[in-house]
Amino acid sequence: MTDPNMTKNPLVEMRDIHISFGGVKAVDGVSIDLYPGEVVGVLGHNGAGKSTLIKILSGAYQADSGQIVVDGKDANIENARDARDNNIETIYQNLALADNLDAAQNLFLGREVTDKFGFLDDAAMEHKAREVLHRLNPNFKKFTSPVSALSGGQRQSVAIARALLFEARVLIMDEPCAALGVHETKMVGELIDQLKRDGLGILLISHDLHDVFDLSDRLHVMKNGKLVGSVRTEDVTHDDVLGMIILGKMPEHLLHLAGPGATNAPTAPEDATNSETSETPS
Amino acid sequence: MSRLLSKMEVDRRLVGLAVVLLIIWVGFDIASGGRFITPRNIFNLSVQTASVAVMACGMVLIIVTRHIDLSVGAILGVLAMLMGVVQTDLLPQFLDYNHPMTWILTLLAGIVIGAVIGGIQGAAVGYLGVPAFIVTLGGLLVWRGAAWWVTQGRTVAPLDHNFILLGGGIEGTIGATWSWIVALIAIVAIIYAAIMDRRRRLSFEFPVKPVWAEYTNTIIKAGLVLIAIATLNAYHLPTRAAERLLENKGIPVTPENLEISHGIPIPLLIVALVAIVLTIVVKRTRFGRYVFAIGGNPQAAELAGINVKRMTVAVFALMGVLCAISAAISSARLQSAGNDLGTLDELRVIAAVVIGGTSLAGGVGTIYGALIGALVMQSLQSGMALLGVDTSLQSIVIGLVLVLAVFSDKYFHRRYSDPTA
Ligand SMILES: Nc1ncnc2c1ncn2[C@@H]1O[C@H](COP(=O)(O)OP(=O)(O)OP(=O)(O)O)[C@@H](O)[C@H]1O
Ligand SMILES: [Mg+2]
Repeated sequence: MTDPNMTKNPLVEMRDIHISFGGVKAVDGVSIDLYPGEVVGVLGHNGAGKSTLIKILSGAYQADSGQIVVDGKDANIENARDARDNNIETIYQNLALADNLDAAQNLFLGREVTDKFGFLDDAAMEHKAREVLHRLNPNFKKFTSPVSALSGGQRQSVAIARALLFEARVLIMDEPCAALGVHETKMVGELIDQLKRDGLGILLISHDLHDVFDLSDRLHVMKNGKLVGSVRTEDVTHDDVLGMIILGKMPEHLLHLAGPGATNAPTAPEDATNSETSETPS
Repeated sequence: MSRLLSKMEVDRRLVGLAVVLLIIWVGFDIASGGRFITPRNIFNLSVQTASVAVMACGMVLIIVTRHIDLSVGAILGVLAMLMGVVQTDLLPQFLDYNHPMTWILTLLAGIVIGAVIGGIQGAAVGYLGVPAFIVTLGGLLVWRGAAWWVTQGRTVAPLDHNFILLGGGIEGTIGATWSWIVALIAIVAIIYAAIMDRRRRLSFEFPVKPVWAEYTNTIIKAGLVLIAIATLNAYHLPTRAAERLLENKGIPVTPENLEISHGIPIPLLIVALVAIVLTIVVKRTRFGRYVFAIGGNPQAAELAGINVKRMTVAVFALMGVLCAISAAISSARLQSAGNDLGTLDELRVIAAVVIGGTSLAGGVGTIYGALIGALVMQSLQSGMALLGVDTSLQSIVIGLVLVLAVFSDKYFHRRYSDPTA
């Protein structure tokens, strides 16, 4: 079987990223990549450094050292705006919505539509918001209430719509299903599938192994700020992945697949060779 | 009733406040034997409220961004002193006494210095990360001290003749004819805004309120404008002042001629102007949207690319500008600038804003609410003064009302609850 993703160039690569807070090495030499039309799960224990890693990609933190490559070009991401300019959108763990604003106001926050006098054109924004949200979630009705009045799933719709509205190519989702009901989780899952078909690359952080297994094509597992390994979802079982998360060890039968920067695979092959090996399932 | 209100998309909190205000007014009117709801008292009330009302508009933005400004009274004090010196000592060296440019340059100087003072405090809050409570508590002491230093405690008087008009004395009103013209403009604007808003919503096929609700809304608003202007016009100049005015103009003094209306006092016009401008800023500009976004979730605002630090400086600088305008109004009203002007105003302003429904947790607040809050506070104070309640009891009552207002707000409205739902 050939994976079409691997014939394309990666959308984003993060190479050898380091960052520490005081004495804590939150991310310590991690490299990950993401291809178009691919969902990649980032897994790990609490405090493994997942959120920190993707915050570097979304411009919330700046790496102490390391390189971010977008579309094969070096990208200098110093703040949220830079990330956006590179079509990288983030949906944060704590839902970065302003609770007191309504859906449309949140969707356009920081990039408002203005009329010819420079005044906000709320009607135009609401119109566009209705369009985008309807596509994502036909049941969405509360356009003029503050988003604090919305359910978790509806809020997630707003957050995702916000990313879509600005033509994201890379979507980062930190715990998109945390605090969501069964039905809403399913809805977010469908959303992710749809975005994938549209050719977006999605980085998905989640504690729920089931969600990640259902949605992801590949997995990056982190522990204590280091990358344990990168594997294709179809190559591993839940137990394999649990072992990686808890013990920080690649499963024996997959040692040869250990991704770039994997700490316990000293002879980890370079990117290209790695993806070739992964084309011939063991 | 509540279904009716929601159909009309009226802010319930606004209705509640209006009812409270009405109860206070009627209560004092009955208790004082009909001396409270009179054109004269309403006129005075509007003039007395003006200074606090102007500052309250700015304080809404400060509190919405989750900050507080305890220094507004002291800033008002130092700006009043500086403006006093500018118009009585500085400008007369270059311009004639009561030159028409004097008041303009004076006010301009006050506004610039106010913006700088506010900006410095905002920078300490935004960039240095010192809590606003501390920065402005320090500011309270600093600027009050500075107010004394400007003239070593000497009260500055008399002020420029034109400047004094800003305080709304006998000449500081615009008269009956102009008042009606203002009323007309306001009503046309109200109708125009309603029509445009509806058209725009219809053009996007958004839901609109029923037509009868639009009519009722518009008629109530226009009616309030008419009642307010009619009341202010019904307050006539005292006979002596009217006689003098007629003599100056060379018009024969007859009983009919003597009935000269005050009309809208200039400070009330200033309040209206400030409130309208700030309401537009809040509702229709990026700046206003960002103020509320920061109040709702500072982290989200930052992540959306909003420069929160710079916004903080801007909001505090705006507060400084409004302090300058208030300083002009209050010193003009007293026709002198003393270094204790504005003492305790910070508390009146914050109380007005909080009574007006602005949440101390940030993210929620309205300009019009703050105006009504200021009016409620001043009505209580004036009403008690009218009844001869002594000042110590007045402060006790006002303090209790403030606590009660915040409590009832917490009790009746959940945080961020949809005001129109
Ligand atoms: N702003 C910060 N200041 C100091 N330490 C931080 C900061 N952010 C993260 N850390 C530390 O870095 C480490 C990694 O945190 P991070 O939030 O990335 O973990 P995570 O993998 O997202 O965990 P979780 O699954 O609980 O969300 C932790 O030890 C955390 O305490
Ligand atoms: Mg996290």
